[in-house]
Amino acid sequence: MRQVSTRTLVAVGLVVTLLLAGGLSVYASTRPDGLQRVAHDHGFADSQRQSATAESPLAGYGAGSGDRRLAGVLGAVVVLALVSGTTYVLRRRARDDVGS
Amino acid sequence: MGGHALVNLAEALVHVPDGFLDAPTSIATGVVAATAVGLALRGARRELDDKAAPLAGLVATFVFAAQMLNFPVGAGTSGHLIGATLAAVLVGPWTGILCLSVVLLVQSLLFADGGVTALGTNICLMGVVGVVVGWLVFRGLQSVLPRRPGLVAPLAAVAAYVSVPTAALAFVGLYAVGGTAPIPLDKLATAMLGWHLLIGLGEAAITGLVVASIVAVRPDLVHGARRVLAERVVEIRTPLEEAA
Repeated sequence: MRQVSTRTLVAVGLVVTLLLAGGLSVYASTRPDGLQRVAHDHGFADSQRQSATAESPLAGYGAGSGDRRLAGVLGAVVVLALVSGTTYVLRRRARDDVGS
Repeated sequence: MGGHALVNLAEALVHVPDGFLDAPTSIATGVVAATAVGLALRGARRELDDKAAPLAGLVATFVFAAQMLNFPVGAGTSGHLIGATLAAVLVGPWTGILCLSVVLLVQSLLFADGGVTALGTNICLMGVVGVVVGWLVFRGLQSVLPRRPGLVAPLAAVAAYVSVPTAALAFVGLYAVGGTAPIPLDKLATAMLGWHLLIGLGEAAITGLVVASIVAVRPDLVHGARRVLAERVVEIRTPLEEAA
C-alpha cells in the first residue's frame, strides 16, 4: 500500500478543519455549555464581568454583528500561523543548540 | 448592540469568564500558566522532530475549530471538545500544552471567549490539567496493556474521557480557593462532575475518531503510537535474522 505523504495528510486535515470552522460552526449548539449551565443553576453567573475584548467586532465569534463562519476561518488561520511560527523558531533553536 | 448582542455573546462563549475567580487566584493561575508554557517551550523542542513538526499547526487549528462546535448533551445544555488529550497523543504533551495555550490566547484576545484575566485559569484547567491528566492516563494504560497500534485510539478516547471531569473538578478546586460568590462547594462539585461526565463522552468520541484516522494512514506520525511501533519493528526483524 502506498503511504500517504505527510504533506497530503496535513493538507487534507487543514481542509477538513477549515470546513468545520468556516461551515459547520454555524450549526453548533447555542445552549449554555457545562460551566455556564452550572453557573446559572447555582447562582454565580452574575459574578461574570465583561471581558476587556468584548467590544471587538469578533467577540463571541462575530455573535450579534459579524459572521461566525468568517470569524472561524480567521481564528483558524491565526492559530495556524502562531503555532507554525512557534514550531519553526523552536526547531531552529534546537538546531543551533546542536550545532554550537 | 445592547441587550440582544450581549445575550448572543454569552451564548457563543465557552470558557471561564472574568469575575468568577478573585484577583489573587487569577494572578496565581497566571503565574502557573506562564511557568507551564515556559517549560513546554523547552520540552517541545525535543518533541518537534521532522515527523511531529508539520502536525503541530494542524492539531492546534483543529482544536480551535472543534471548540467552536458545541454539541447538545441534553436538557438545554451543550458541551464542546477540549482537545487536550487529542493534542498530547498526536504531537506529545509539551507541544500539546503549547497548542492549547495558543488556542486559548487567540480565543480570549480576538473573540472574548474566556476572560483576559481568566486566561491563566483557562490555560491551567485545559492546557495543563487536561493535557497532563490525559497524557498520564494514556501512558499508564499503554504500559499495562498489550502494545498494539490498534489500541492507541481506544486508549486515547478513555484518557480523553477521564480528562474532562478532572478539569471540571480542578475548576471546583480553584473556586474553593478564590470563587467570588458563596456557593456550597459540594453542590458545585456534584453539578460540574455530572455535566462533564456527560460532555466527556463527546470528548472521547471525537478524540478516538481523529486519532484512529491518523493511526490508520500514518501511525509513525502519532506521538503516542511510537512506542508500540518501535516494538513491532523488533518483532518483525528477529525471525528474519534467524532465517538468514
